[in-house]
Amino acid sequence: MNSFAAFMTKEFYHILRDRRSAMILFGMPIIQLLLFGYAIRNEIQTVRIAIIDQSHDRITEAITDKLLSSGHFVLVDTFSSDDAIEEGFKSGEITEAIVFEAGFGRRFVREQETSVQIITDGSNPNLARIVLSYTTAVFMDYRASLLQGDEEGKGIAAETLMLFNPELKSVYLFVPGLITLILMLVSALMTSISITREKETGTMEVLLVSSLRPYQIIIGKVVPYLMLSFINVVTVLIIARFVFGVPCRGSVTLLLLESLLFILTALSLGIFISTITSSQQVAMMISLGGLLLPTVMLSGFIFPVSSMPLPLQIISTLIPARWFLVIVRGIMLKGTGIVYFWQETLVLASMTLALGILSIRKFSIRLT
Amino acid sequence: MAEPSVVIEHVSKKFGEITALQDVSFQVFHGEIFGLIGADGAGKTTLMRILTTLILPDSGQATINGRDIVSAYRSIRERIGYMPGRFSLYPDLSVEENLRFFASVFSTSIEENYDLVKDIYQQLEPFKKRRAGKLSGGMKQKLALSCALIHKPEVLFLDEPTTGVDAVSRMEFWQMLKRLKEQNITILVSTPYMDEAGLCDRIGMMQKGKLLAVDTPDEITELVPMQLFAIRVDQMHRLTEALRSYPYSASAYAFGQVVHYRDRRKHPNEHELKEFLKVQGFSAVMIRRINPGIEDTFIALMEQEDGTHDKL
Amino acid sequence: MSIEANELTKCFGSFCAVDRLSFGVNRGEIFGFLGANGAGKTTAIRMLCGLLEPSSGRASVAGFDVGSMAEKVKQNIGYMSQRFSLCDDLTVRENIRFYGGIYGLCDRDIKARTGEMLQRLDLASSADVRLGSLPPGWKQKLAFSVAMVHNPEIVFLDEPTGGVDPVTRRRFWELIYEAASRDVTIFVTTHYMDEAEYCDRVSIMVDGRIAALDSPRHLKETFDVPSMNEVFLRLARSTGDEKREERQ
Repeated sequence: MNSFAAFMTKEFYHILRDRRSAMILFGMPIIQLLLFGYAIRNEIQTVRIAIIDQSHDRITEAITDKLLSSGHFVLVDTFSSDDAIEEGFKSGEITEAIVFEAGFGRRFVREQETSVQIITDGSNPNLARIVLSYTTAVFMDYRASLLQGDEEGKGIAAETLMLFNPELKSVYLFVPGLITLILMLVSALMTSISITREKETGTMEVLLVSSLRPYQIIIGKVVPYLMLSFINVVTVLIIARFVFGVPCRGSVTLLLLESLLFILTALSLGIFISTITSSQQVAMMISLGGLLLPTVMLSGFIFPVSSMPLPLQIISTLIPARWFLVIVRGIMLKGTGIVYFWQETLVLASMTLALGILSIRKFSIRLT
Repeated sequence: MAEPSVVIEHVSKKFGEITALQDVSFQVFHGEIFGLIGADGAGKTTLMRILTTLILPDSGQATINGRDIVSAYRSIRERIGYMPGRFSLYPDLSVEENLRFFASVFSTSIEENYDLVKDIYQQLEPFKKRRAGKLSGGMKQKLALSCALIHKPEVLFLDEPTTGVDAVSRMEFWQMLKRLKEQNITILVSTPYMDEAGLCDRIGMMQKGKLLAVDTPDEITELVPMQLFAIRVDQMHRLTEALRSYPYSASAYAFGQVVHYRDRRKHPNEHELKEFLKVQGFSAVMIRRINPGIEDTFIALMEQEDGTHDKL
Repeated sequence: MSIEANELTKCFGSFCAVDRLSFGVNRGEIFGFLGANGAGKTTAIRMLCGLLEPSSGRASVAGFDVGSMAEKVKQNIGYMSQRFSLCDDLTVRENIRFYGGIYGLCDRDIKARTGEMLQRLDLASSADVRLGSLPPGWKQKLAFSVAMVHNPEIVFLDEPTGGVDPVTRRRFWELIYEAASRDVTIFVTTHYMDEAEYCDRVSIMVDGRIAALDSPRHLKETFDVPSMNEVFLRLARSTGDEKREERQ
């Protein structure tokens, strides 16, 4: 029994004396808890909506007021045409549109069936679901307050439409996010591990003392992963299309080009990680804990960014996946062109550039 | 008169609290085999890494064939060969693939300088398709040497190439080095094995970051004048302890079949010593005056450095 | 007898790394186990330490059979090698406590042994210093003592003096002599041929077999050479790197 106890004690010493692993062991769960706690919210904040009021009576105005004063919704504009609505969704300006049919108020007062059309952005299914439930709650509330206990009387039929994803298929949720995750994994993780492995085994020493320039070493390491990632993207798209029926409504070429950009961003991240550590283990931990986890949690893959508290939203802007996700959803589900997400593209491009420059600076021509 | 190929002047290096190198200066001449002799922690690897431009010294300078290691590192790297301490080739590439890789990294090919490595490579050739990770220790060293030579370097840096390798393989390796000398390649090799020191043209003894002495193997043994004896008795296991209790002893260390004993006096009395040993209960006492070898000199220099002397 | 090996064999497929090894080592003997790389030394040692099961043949170490009572063997031997060494981020005292615990010593014994060792090695003032901060020579000596913390009958030393300076090397061997005089059997491998001279008897493995086993003096007489280095070169040279490579 004593030998077992001695062994355990030794392990404790190792853990406590290795600052890095101690930080990760104690810090990680706390960070994860905070992330989970704050990020997973089924509440919404400041959802941008458009209201098309074809009735303009006091009922519709009352409902509008109620919606807007709930604190969850922000009126973007009152659009006039259907085309304008679609534009609004495509550009991401609005997340929800509410259309009151003509004569809404009159029919409501006469206790006839009234209907309202609620259109949400199906390219972000989780958000759409939450927004929809909030909206219908407001409607139900209004109706209940008017009827005042009288269970009789007609209700409001909400005709909901999930734009871009009418059947609310979850695979629409997953495929764009999956592409993002896979690219991040292969490019960033594998690259950082590959370079640090050379450092660990000592072959990097021999490479440096040769006529190979550092940039040649980096590019040589990176190109195979670039090709691999590209093949991965194509494969995922093919499977998504032909097995799951996930469409690509926009330009496939554009999607591939943007994917290439994202791959470069992920690669530069991987290279950057390899310049700050010489240990494969640490590189892996940074890639997994510092890249993958935030990508899953904070990029908007599963949990909508707009539901997160402001500090997390700010952190989210640093995550390349967050910008890429907008682009992928835009092309695949909304069928939009680059006009709609040139800003996101620009963000990715500048991130790549910045990381690239930093990495080249930091990539040592010497050991340590 | 041979020209210096590698010139090292007052190089020092510290890693945090630890002084790895302290004011090291010496030269290596064209076409010679220079041995850096010292134990682990002496600073050999650090010095090698500085000379191969992998680390910067804290102070001092060094040139390789006239090129400064700090400012001209790129041109140095194109012209030197380096074999670091651990096996640093690609274990999952074959023998041939490794060699081809390193040849192309230096923009040359195996064919171009084949005659340089032919000697060594011929021993590897039967196994050229085998994965480098699966080779035996001695074979790995030969492969690493070939890869370091394939671009016909001006200077070859070998960091403990024979560590952990058995006596037979070591000898073969040194024979290969001797043949390389004929190609006029300057070789700087580090080793903890004193017996290999004798195979070098000149050696530098290092201990705890300091260079204790530099000279040819023959002349270095004359550096520390000492009264040295080889002593053998019937019960060897007790001998060193007994000798250390002798009032005039400077040091006593086992050296294979005998004990090397150093007397503090200028004119030691062998007869008296013999009597002393007999009194201690030893028989078949054989005492012989000898000249110090490289290891004796090293130990003496170490003790001078440390200020430690063998006492009771 | 501390070790008794009888036709000890280990084959990996058709390749036999150790081929019918038969020899004995007496209590309190310093036994040198030499051989070129690839001759089968490491495999043989692993079997003797109870780490590897023999393909055929038997061996008993410290009175226990290595095949059927491997656990008992492990508890009754000490082991020290260049690669396996003490934990750098534990202090001297903690290292002793850890290994004492591993070998099943009770707290009282550990305390006693700690005091003994610190005194004998003159490490009392550095007892609470992290091992990583000590110079290499001290680590070597401590590792050797720790290998014997549980007073085993036999200690296996695998290239214990690799890379160490000449003075420390010799000091280390003085510790070995002292242990042998206390009737501890020492089984040591080394690449330093002068250390072969310090042994009572030496065996040289070639191609999985024992090519020679005798005292250094007799070996030199038999081959008519002045040093163990020469003996080794005579015997082991017959198998060059290539032959050894082919065996793999």
